Formats: sequence, structure tokens, C-alpha cells
Amino acid sequence: MLRRADGPSGRNRNERRARWSTRNKLWVSLLASCAFLLAAPVVWGQTQGSNREGAAPNTCLDCHSQQGPPFGINADEFSSSVHAQKGLLCTSCHGGDSSSDDMTQAMGTAAGFKGHIDRAQIPALCGKCHSDAAYMRGFNPSVRTDQLSQYKTSVHGQRLAKGDTHVAVCTDCHTAHDIRPPNDPVSSVYPTNVAKTCARCHANADYMKEYKIPTNQYALYATSVHYDQLMVQGDVSAPTCSTCHGSHGAAPPGVASVENVCSTCHVVQQQTFDSGPHKGAFAAMNVAACIVCHTNHGIQKPTDTMMGTGKGAICVTCHSDGDPGYTAAAKMHADLVKLDDEIGRSDEILSRAEAAGVEVGEAQLTLKDAQDDLTKARVAIHSVRPDVVDQDVQAGLKVTQSTYQAGLAAMAESKYRRTGLAVSLIAIVFVLIALALLIRKMEAGRGA
Amino acid sequence: MGVLHRVKNWLDERFGWHEIRAFIEHKTVPVHRYSYWYFLGGMTLFLFIIQVITGILLLLYYRPSTSEAYESVQYIMTQVPFGWLVRSIHSWSANLMIFTAVVHMFSVFFLKSYRKPRELTWLSGMLLLFIVLGFGFSGYLLPWNTLSFFATKVGTDIAGQMPVVGKWILVFLRGGEDVSGATLTRFFGFHVAVLPGIATTLIALHVLLVQRFGMSVPPSIEAEWEARPTERREIRFFPNFLLRELMAWYVALAILGGLAALKPWELGMKADAFAAAPPGIRPEWYFMFMFETLKFIPAKIAWFEGELLGILGFGAAFLAWTLVPFFDGGRRGRAQKLITGAGVFALAYIVVMTVYAYIAK
Repeated sequence: MLRRADGPSGRNRNERRARWSTRNKLWVSLLASCAFLLAAPVVWGQTQGSNREGAAPNTCLDCHSQQGPPFGINADEFSSSVHAQKGLLCTSCHGGDSSSDDMTQAMGTAAGFKGHIDRAQIPALCGKCHSDAAYMRGFNPSVRTDQLSQYKTSVHGQRLAKGDTHVAVCTDCHTAHDIRPPNDPVSSVYPTNVAKTCARCHANADYMKEYKIPTNQYALYATSVHYDQLMVQGDVSAPTCSTCHGSHGAAPPGVASVENVCSTCHVVQQQTFDSGPHKGAFAAMNVAACIVCHTNHGIQKPTDTMMGTGKGAICVTCHSDGDPGYTAAAKMHADLVKLDDEIGRSDEILSRAEAAGVEVGEAQLTLKDAQDDLTKARVAIHSVRPDVVDQDVQAGLKVTQSTYQAGLAAMAESKYRRTGLAVSLIAIVFVLIALALLIRKMEAGRGA
Repeated sequence: MGVLHRVKNWLDERFGWHEIRAFIEHKTVPVHRYSYWYFLGGMTLFLFIIQVITGILLLLYYRPSTSEAYESVQYIMTQVPFGWLVRSIHSWSANLMIFTAVVHMFSVFFLKSYRKPRELTWLSGMLLLFIVLGFGFSGYLLPWNTLSFFATKVGTDIAGQMPVVGKWILVFLRGGEDVSGATLTRFFGFHVAVLPGIATTLIALHVLLVQRFGMSVPPSIEAEWEARPTERREIRFFPNFLLRELMAWYVALAILGGLAALKPWELGMKADAFAAAPPGIRPEWYFMFMFETLKFIPAKIAWFEGELLGILGFGAAFLAWTLVPFFDGGRRGRAQKLITGAGVFALAYIVVMTVYAYIAK
């Protein structure tokens, strides 16, 4: 039976297992027979139980669920897998006859028993069903059936075709016997688990040594805004490895494709980028757009300091004092900071007025328009054109001017109310004193 | 003959002005160490008058529909000259009125002022208290903000738990299955027409009964005065008592003005029927002890719904409280102590549960 291949260690085990299967086939069969005979009384009751409701018998599990590595199968995991749930048996992949109690018949060549599936054969074996649209339609009419053809275009698939069995095959990402649908949070390919699944190989320096590619992608990704959105905020629509690299057709996007990949989510940023001078300049330099400023795996939440000429500004890595790009960067940074400061100033005075009890809800709502303009300006910087950025900034400043005035008016109103209260209280105290004196005068000398 | 004198004569011929004046001039109020409790009824009346005046002013701008209610209150708060003051005074005065009404009720209870022949005065007062709570419940929804929307939902849900008539009451209050625009319009109707009409009638009856029977003297003071008749003291209602009452009203006015100017009533966020209920939804403070109690009751008690038993328990307690003059019957000794003990327990329970509700949140 095929066992889960767990990355590099799984590969070594597979190699050992391959040697086992050729040299010691006889011994294995003998041992398996002994194990079966010893386990028979134990599993008898379970077999009876599993057949009680008329389910198809699966005698493979009777033995293999009792065994340790390398032949052991976790019966619970297998029974909760999507394959078992849909009625598939061990024999669906491994051949043989799971209804027979006779091991030689169950695992005999006459029953088409294949035994261990060679790693190189796994994509084709899975593809036998998963590329068959007519067959798959019976389970889910909208399920995709292009995984195998995509896989063949991937770096993994192309290397496998060349005989490199170290690369990932279906079971490396989906597991062999515990396969869950991708929308199952327990699945190894559920959005929040994808990065860790990829990292099992790609973060292993020893395993990746022969490929001479970096292994810090996961470490960088774990610091990124995308990771935060997905893993901390729990937004499963946030990007993980497969979002940018593809899943079955996994490959690094080429320099020319990066912009298109990012723009699947960041549409407006791409549009503004395309309208600016960086588009042509980056293409001429043959550098990947987006990545130049934002990096790839460790993308941080952008800040206004990234744009400009000060400390932490990315623009100065290419532009130096005196060139037009440097001047433009300084101007755009100043614009963003100005609007941000004005929003903060309005927010502060409106908050003070609110705390003083003056109703400023309308002004606070209007201030959100300025925040929207700032967001638009931050997107517009992808055009790297100060005039475009300035349009949004000016619109925002117009709003903050009115909200700040509203804040000043509200504070003046608060002062007016307090003055009015003080005058009223003084008047009331005078009346009270007058009334007390009147009562005293009335009652003086004659009692109540 | 002066104009004033002629007017007096004209009124005298038609309304018996002379008798009314004679009654007022001869009316007295007892003076003793508990006399200050007498001011609470008048102060509640003063706050009711404030409610009527500010309510009428708010009516000039308020619009009772889901699309305009919140905006109209916002307009009152920001655009209408002194609109913020009128609305804040209306809201604060409502809360102070409920507070003074409750304190007045407890003072009447502990001073045993409900005794014969004042049973009807107590009954009309209790009905007025329920009407005032109805004013609070219906008025709370009118700004159509998030807190009031969900609090009304919870409140009407609780009313809907009543056996047999619960469902009918819920639909009647909401104008349908859910809190909606229909609920807003009928709460508006209750708040500005139905309840004021009933309240005015009951106030007239209550004040009339107070005038008819005069101020009650507590049994302990009565006993002291019987033992030492020379210590009996009274002041004239007009002008002596009324001037003192006027001073109390001015103090209430100062408190109201201070609260309205320094802590104007918040408007909150506009209600969104499709949004999830925000955390911290709670009724107004005067319903908190009941709300908190219902949270403590287990879901099931024997075969009964816990919440239902809680509601029935409160209903029975309020009924017994309302009918207390008929239990008391002027008896002395153990029965008196039992009733006073029940009052102390009720007061302590309300205070403790209300404070706990705000501390525990």
C-alpha cells in the first residue's frame, strides 16, 4: 500500500521502501501473513461491525489499520477522507480485492493488485479520475478537472517528467490517505495551511540544496501583511503561496507577469502604475514591477515613509538628489503627510468636541471622505506623478478644512453652553436666596 | 371698583372662586422630621410639566419614520437653535422624573401614607408610575439609534414571553413580528398621545385626592403628637409650603440645566435592522434590575421556562405591591413589620441588582 510521502524524509523512506519491495517482497508477504493471522481475532469483531450495515467490506484496513510503519494506515483518517466519504476503497488506487478475506487473493495479481505506487506514477494515477470530466461530474458538476494538465506545466511536473522524483507530486500536498476537500479547515491545502504545506519542502535547506533556490520564503511570508491578513485576521481570501504561484501549475511568475499576478487583487494600483513612467522604465530595466518597491514574499504594510526621500524611503534606492524622480517623490510624500496631518487635526478637535457633549456626528462622517481621498492618493502614487496625487490630496484638504471649522465651531458652542450654564446657575441661586429670605420674612415673628 | 375686583367677582359668580380661595388659604401642611419627603411628589409633577413643554417643542421637528427619525433628532441637536438643550433636558428630565417618582413611591410606602382613606391615592400613584415607565420605554426607541433599536427588541421579546397573551402583546407592541417602522410609529403614538392622555387624567385624580385628604402624617409622628399635642405643627399650604416647593423646583431646574449643558444626551449611531446586535445592549437603568434578574434565572426550573417564571414572579410582586394598602389594613404588630421588611428587601434588591448590572456589564 502507498504510504504518505512526507517531503525529504518521505523521499528517503520511499527509496528504502522501493528497495524493500524488490528485494524482500517474499519476506514482506510472509510477515504480513503472520501479522494477519495474529491480528485476525482482534479485527474479527471490527470486521463484523463494519459490515453490519451492509457497507462494502474493506479487508485491507482490517490488517493495515493494525500495523505500524511502513504499512500502517490510520483507519480514522482514511474513513474521514473525501475518497472514503465518496465510497472509494483502497483498491481504487492500489488494485486488488478488498472484499476477500484471503490475503493472497486480495493482494494477488489476478485481482490487479498494484501494491506500492511509484512516486513518478502518482500524478497519472490521480489524473485517471481527476482528469475525467464525465466521471468527476458524478461527484461534483462544477469540480475542475485540469489539475494534471496544469501540473505538467509546473516546475514540479516538468522536473518529474525529467525523472526527478524529489519534486512534489499530488500526495505531497494532499497527503495519500487523509485527503480532504480544500474547503475543509483540516485539509493540508486549506488556505491557512497552504504555506506550511509548501514550506515542508521549500523551507528545508537540506532538501532544496540541489535546486539552488532560497529557502527563506516562508520566514519572509510570515512577516508579511498577507500572512497577517490570512493567519491573524482570519481572512481566507488573503494571498497564500498558491494565490501568486498557482497550485497545480506552481511556478514562479516571470518578471513580465508579476504585475498581472498582483493586479488580480490590486486592480486600481495596476491601472495607475500603467499610466505612469515607471511602467516603461521597469520594463526597460527588466525588473519585476511591484516587487521593486514592495518585495515579494515579505511584503510589509505600506507606509507614507516608503514614498519620499527621507529615512526608510524606497525611492532613493534609484533616485538621487537633483533628478526629477527625487523631486517628485519628495513632493508626493509631503502631500500625503500634509493630508494625513490635517485629518488627524480635524479628528482631534472633533473628538474633543464630542467629549464635551456637542453633537459632531455629521462632521465626523464627512471626515471619512478625507480619509477616502487619502486612500485614493496613496493608490495614485503608483502613477509616480505628483499632479495626479495632488488632485486627491487637494480634494481631501478641502474636506478637512470644513471639518476643522466644524470642530472649532463645536468647541465655541461648548464654551457658550458652559457660560450659559454658569449665568443660569447664578440666576437660580439668586432666586433661591430671594425665596429663602421671603419665607423667613413671612414667618418671622409669627411662627409657622 | 377696580378691574381686578370685577374679574374676581365674575369668576366668583361662575366658579365659586371665593370657596376655592378660602380652601387654599385654610389648607395646611404638617411639619415634622419627615416633611421633606412631601416635596418629591411636587418635584415629579414639575418634571412632568418640563416633559410636556420640551416634548411639544421636539414635536415641531421630530419625524416618526425609520428614514427620518434619527436624522430629525440629529437636526434638532445640531441645527435647531437650542435644540440640543431642549432634547437633552427632555431626556434628562425623563430619567429624573422616573427617579423622583420611584423615591416618592418608596417614601409613601415607608411612611405608610397609603393607609385608609388614601388607598385610591396610592393606586392612582402606582398606575402613574407604570405610565411613566411606559413613557420611558416608548420614548427610548424614538431617536431610532442602534442601542434603542436592540433594547426595544429585547424588551418586547421579554413581554412576548408572557403566557397566553405574550405573542399577542409582542405583535401589538411591534406592529408585526419584528421591530420595524411600524413599531416606531406606534411607539410614537403611545408616547405623544395615548400615554399623555392617561397620565394627565391620572395626575388630575392623584392631585385631587391629595388635596381632598391632605398630607398624611406618619404613624410614629401621629403617636408622638397624640402623646404631646403641643408639639403638633403645621404651615400654610399657600404661600409657605408652595414657596418651599418652588425652591425645590429651582434646585431641580439647576440640576437639569447642569446635566444638559455638561453631559448632553448622546445620539449614538443610526439603527440598522440588518446589522448584528452590538455588544452591551441593555435597557434603561430603571429596567436593569429586572433584566439582570432574568439573566440569572436558569433556562429551566423544573418543567417551566426560567424566563417565564421570572416574568410571572415580577408580575405577581408588582401586583402585590400595588395592592399593599389592602393587605396592610391599618393592622399593627407582625403584619406591619412584614410589610416594612418586604419594602426594605425590595429597595435593597433593586439597588443591589442595578449596581451589580452596571459593574458586571
